[in-house]
Amino acid sequence: MDMVNLKINGQPVSVPAGSTVLEAARAAGIEIPTLCYLKDVSQTGSCRMCLVEIKGGRALQAACVYPVAEGIEVQTNTPTVREARKAVLELMLSNHDRKCLTCPRNRNCELQALSDELGVSDIPYEGERNEYNIDEISPSIVRDNNKCVLCRRCVNVCKKVQTVGVIDTMERGFKTKVGCAFEASLGDVDCVNCGQCIAVCPVGALREKDSIQDVWKALASDKHVVVQTAPAVRAAIGEEFGLPMGECTTGKMVAALRRLGFDKVFDTDFGADLTIMEEGTELIHRMQNGGVLPMITSCSPGWVKFCEHNFPDFIPNLSSCKSPHEMFGAVIKSYYAEKAGIDPKNIYTVSVMPCTAKKFEAQRDELAATGTPDVDAVLTTRELAQMIKQSGIQFAKLPDEVFDSPFGDEATGAGVIFGATGGVMEAALRTVADVLTGQSIEHVDYEAVRGLEGVKIASVQVGDKTIRAAVAHGLGNARKLLNSVRSGETQVDFIEIMACPGGCVTGGGQPIVSSRVKMDVNVSAERAKAIYAEDKGLKLRKSHENPYIQKLYDEYLGKPGDHKAHELLHTHYVARPKY
Amino acid sequence: MSVKSSVPFNGTAEQEAKLKEVIAKYKDTRGALIPVLHEAQDIYGYLPLEVQVMIAEGLGVTLAEVYGVVTFYTQFSLNPKGKYAIAVCLGTACYVKGSGNIINKIQESLNLEVGGCTPDGKYSLNATRCIGACGLAPVLTVNDEVYGRLTVDDVPGILAKYSD
Repeated sequence: MDMVNLKINGQPVSVPAGSTVLEAARAAGIEIPTLCYLKDVSQTGSCRMCLVEIKGGRALQAACVYPVAEGIEVQTNTPTVREARKAVLELMLSNHDRKCLTCPRNRNCELQALSDELGVSDIPYEGERNEYNIDEISPSIVRDNNKCVLCRRCVNVCKKVQTVGVIDTMERGFKTKVGCAFEASLGDVDCVNCGQCIAVCPVGALREKDSIQDVWKALASDKHVVVQTAPAVRAAIGEEFGLPMGECTTGKMVAALRRLGFDKVFDTDFGADLTIMEEGTELIHRMQNGGVLPMITSCSPGWVKFCEHNFPDFIPNLSSCKSPHEMFGAVIKSYYAEKAGIDPKNIYTVSVMPCTAKKFEAQRDELAATGTPDVDAVLTTRELAQMIKQSGIQFAKLPDEVFDSPFGDEATGAGVIFGATGGVMEAALRTVADVLTGQSIEHVDYEAVRGLEGVKIASVQVGDKTIRAAVAHGLGNARKLLNSVRSGETQVDFIEIMACPGGCVTGGGQPIVSSRVKMDVNVSAERAKAIYAEDKGLKLRKSHENPYIQKLYDEYLGKPGDHKAHELLHTHYVARPKY
Repeated sequence: MSVKSSVPFNGTAEQEAKLKEVIAKYKDTRGALIPVLHEAQDIYGYLPLEVQVMIAEGLGVTLAEVYGVVTFYTQFSLNPKGKYAIAVCLGTACYVKGSGNIINKIQESLNLEVGGCTPDGKYSLNATRCIGACGLAPVLTVNDEVYGRLTVDDVPGILAKYSD
């Protein structure tokens, strides 16, 4: 690789050609403040926070987009640089809704952190302020442009990474804002609710639609309130309480939920195991009976809505399985209600999810097997952390507790890995392999479908059959894969798609990680480690070996794919207009 | 101008065929969005949702991006021109002579925002930069007719001439 030599603050640095000054400075251990820059997502040089002096240059340059060149001399800490950055920040703050105390990003805001680090003690500029209505129509995402700093990270993640592109910058000059075409609400366009815009927002301009109040209300009522938590939640919620990234906090999370007053604390892993039973059966059925292939997973509601808007011709390929928490919700309101002798109408089901799209999903009319919604409320991981904080619970000091029986205390590793890209595929393969061969196959680690490659394709030998599998995460990758399937270039039997890059561990409802941390840490990989570690440590690694799953089928559902299972656990989709 | 049109879209098949030709011509050119928008505005007179959707689909860009570009440049309009296109000069000379009050009066009288068009398609209202008739300040035009040395009280009389 060609190396380029330059000097930063007098210190010689050697970096690969094509690097930016920002990257070179970081390699040399020199910090440059940034705001609009987000590694791998957004590199526009629009905010001017990262201004540096280049010797001989006429003006200050934005380090995040300035390419290194042989022999250049960069200064990152001169009076001119410091004053310019501070003035830029003060101007930005002069048109910012500075209600930090009541902002959802209070103490986790990149603008606030910069203000602190650059020593802003006064905002000398008094002038016109933009005032915008808050867009709260979407069931998943709230946009408050009064807080927006026009960094365009949300625009870039939506347009370039997800290829959804429902938001962009509009108007010009002081009136510039980010929004949807024709001033439409996010709730009225083809937004898929993935929430990646929230995950990349440096400030409080984007947040999830609040469900905390609904859940507090339910907990205070005489309803029987049942909570379930998705696998990815345990891999990240600790971060909200200062625990290191990648630490699995299943036991503490369960303990916290009990202390919040939930009547039962269940594990969505059970729903995941159930999904595998149904989806695995559906796959085998389609393969053996000339059904529509490739079959595509339907666990990710962001992906499902994306498919409905952009690939309606693939709707017959979507598995008819509800997503795991929706299946579980339906089981709670039927089987569990019957067993516990509770009228389903008096049960309130809450799902804690790493996901904002699940909030939209829970409102879909067709997901109401027992006459009321299968899931009454969806909390994001962040919202659960907020409730724990509101309750004065010292999360880090909690003892480890286990999920409630009869559903959760014997989860399988297959259910756990649903949280990472490739996990649903791997879980399905573990079960399908056993079913097709009629044996208990010892090998359960399907490494070929793990990892963060955008599209993974693998042929898996199962008995005398080969299953051609493809895995895509992030909707841009999904689009690429589907286009290639559509053209016939890629031929596979089974596809797993997760809407969020990295899968659910880095879902739109997960704890927000600052752009500075993301420069050095691969968040998806760190959190996925927690999930695969938990999988490895579990006695049961295959969904069909879960004794409660077997019991549920024996006592209630019959066989996977049977009439009752279909009624409760399967759904349908609708083509949706794009405009 | 971001005022959304309330005039129903009345595009013809002929116009659509023309636009498709334009899109086909530019399909593989990088940075084609702006020239396509120019030609589309020549065809339709303005750039309503329906036209922007055709352009977004045709060029493979997002509708939000198309709309972003349309609202960035003042020469692109989201509204059709009315049967009577009123333009009030807000250039310096006209403005100091009170054209701001005149445009306000017209907005009030017609219940119309600057950049907008009445739902019946009869009147549209625009603010212009200096039209070079400073000696007549303040000035407005209706289609090709010029009205100068105006006061707010002249407005009802002028509008009355265009009531058919």
